Amino acid sequence: MSENGTPALELVGINKSFGAVHVLHDVDLAVYPGQVTALIGDNGAGKSTLIKSIAGIYPVDSGRILFEGNEVHIGSPKDAADLGIEIVYQDLALADNLDIAQNMFLGRERKRGIVLDEASMEQAARDTLARLSVRTVSSVRQLVASLSGGQRQTVAIAKAVLWESKVVVLDEPTAALGVAQTRQVLDLVRRLAETGHGVVLVSHNMNDVFEVADRITTLYLGRVAADVKRSDVTHSQVVELMTMGRSGDLGLAPATAAESI
Amino acid sequence: MSTETPRPADTAETAETVTDSAPATQTMAGSDFSADTRTQTVSTAIDGYVVKLRSGDLGALPAIFGLIVLIILFYSLRPETFLSKFNLANLLVQALPVTILAMGLVFVLLLGEIDLSAGVASGACAAVMAKLMVDSGVNWALAVLAAAATGLAIGLLIGALVAIIRIPSFVVTLALFLGLQGIALKLIGEGGTVPIHDKVIYALANKYMDVWLGWTLAVVSALVYAGIQLLRWQRQNAKGLSRRPIALVLVQVALVAVALLGGAYVLNLNRARTPLAPFFGGVPWGVPLVAVLLILCTFVLGRTSYGRHLYAVGGNAEAARRAGINVTRLRMSVFMICSVLAAVSGIVAASRLNSVTPDAGAGNTLLYAVGAAVIGGTSLFGGKGKARDAILGGLVIAIIDNGLGLLGAKAYLNYLITGGFLLLAASIDALARRRRSATGR
Repeated sequence: MSENGTPALELVGINKSFGAVHVLHDVDLAVYPGQVTALIGDNGAGKSTLIKSIAGIYPVDSGRILFEGNEVHIGSPKDAADLGIEIVYQDLALADNLDIAQNMFLGRERKRGIVLDEASMEQAARDTLARLSVRTVSSVRQLVASLSGGQRQTVAIAKAVLWESKVVVLDEPTAALGVAQTRQVLDLVRRLAETGHGVVLVSHNMNDVFEVADRITTLYLGRVAADVKRSDVTHSQVVELMTMGRSGDLGLAPATAAESI
Repeated sequence: MSTETPRPADTAETAETVTDSAPATQTMAGSDFSADTRTQTVSTAIDGYVVKLRSGDLGALPAIFGLIVLIILFYSLRPETFLSKFNLANLLVQALPVTILAMGLVFVLLLGEIDLSAGVASGACAAVMAKLMVDSGVNWALAVLAAAATGLAIGLLIGALVAIIRIPSFVVTLALFLGLQGIALKLIGEGGTVPIHDKVIYALANKYMDVWLGWTLAVVSALVYAGIQLLRWQRQNAKGLSRRPIALVLVQVALVAVALLGGAYVLNLNRARTPLAPFFGGVPWGVPLVAVLLILCTFVLGRTSYGRHLYAVGGNAEAARRAGINVTRLRMSVFMICSVLAAVSGIVAASRLNSVTPDAGAGNTLLYAVGAAVIGGTSLFGGKGKARDAILGGLVIAIIDNGLGLLGAKAYLNYLITGGFLLLAASIDALARRRRSATGR
């Protein structure tokens, strides 16, 4: 690994099986603060399983998880949240009938006594969006139902940032968006990294990945085919890594790549 | 937003340069939270309201419209009796039980559930209270507590079956609808009647406050309401939070004050039949009871995290679960709240009728209460509703009931018209919801 400093989150030799199906083989992944790490792979490569392991939804069978250099155990979504790992799922977890500020604080409302502290929540929501340079919403008191897909994704990401999170995992954040909205979300992903977060971007979309990622980790049938700097690879190399597990000198050994099939 | 504003220099990165040339196709009028920081004018607020109405968020409008239409209708049909001071006081007392029951149902409906047993639960709880007072000579306060505890137990049972075992609430409460009638029948006996002799319980729906007390309460409530609204606006203004135009706040305060003081005036008129008879008038004691419940429920739903979580679960249960909200516990709690309020409603109904019969709360009681909540603006699909919906809808239902009574309408007609009204309200709710999803609200 050529990076300096301690990764915000590091996975070492993760294995996970569902019954007889060995889904993750000795997977290593490092997420550095201030960087976007793209996690890519074809359908069934194990991306979802990997992020669900990070989220504490699936316990791993073997391997170590290090958070800021210390070995940790993530047994539940709450453990992950307590560490400062926030996952933004593809199907956005927002309630349409609540406004932006209410959604951002859902489940973690600020209170004075038993009364909700609306003023402080509204201000904090606006500050967080402003910090991320979100300019596309006119009021944090807008109902989420009235937002476009891109704006919703923005709110979901901002919600993750509000909690002093250190690692933000984004699951296919642009999958359902149009061109302009994809633009907004990619900008936001970049700004997340600039504000010091370690960002994991799970994506299918090569254009998105090449635009915002600093590192690209390719999964191929449950193995890490390559973990490379974006600047060191080309589009077609990454596509080959994704589809065949190897590309020239990069990737899995021919025997391993073939065996996986 | 037609052009991108320049970005701060420190964030100018590779990705940024691409951004500036990208087309910005935002539909939102403002950016940078302009709507929050700019003081709304009355005209923009009215525009916003019209947009809200068009997109299917009707709020209290159908209920208020219905109230006006019904009042005009019955007044033109029975000009000498319908708006008389006797009838207005009677009307309010008639509305009390259905309003309280509807308030409980609002909580259940907020989660998109239903409680079909709330009506008969109110009867069973009233039966428990009446039996304790009459047969065992228990003090009224203890008997009321026992009724409330019965309601709590019923709610706990429904809640456990719905939230933990995951039987649809429709089925669970339909079963209890039958079962609870059986319990009331067993307690009271076939064809039996338990009279209410206790002075306090009797007073709820049959006695009136002294004139000075009614006026004092009305004036104090109006002042406190105005104070709360203005203080909140002032605080929001000082902190630069989003707020409504002050003119609208003042109009709202004025309307509430007029309603409170006007109500106090009408109810404090002398209703004695002859000029020589002693003074007879005042605000029914049940009215402040409903007012307290309204304030309590409005506070819980609007100002506490519990209330916020109810709306969240009603809007998107999965999102609420992922946000760490205990959906199971919330689901149980609404049935408990509903059944306890049903007990209160049953006590008021018993007071109004001076007795409890085995069929108390059966028949159209529940239909009226669900109708009241839905007419008031609570959605059957969950996630939308307020405590005040029960008041507005309860008044509509009571006016229909009362007006048809004055017209001497046959019972069959009464059933048909009330059923029709419930369907109408549910249709408005369903159509408004379709409209909301079509316009993305």
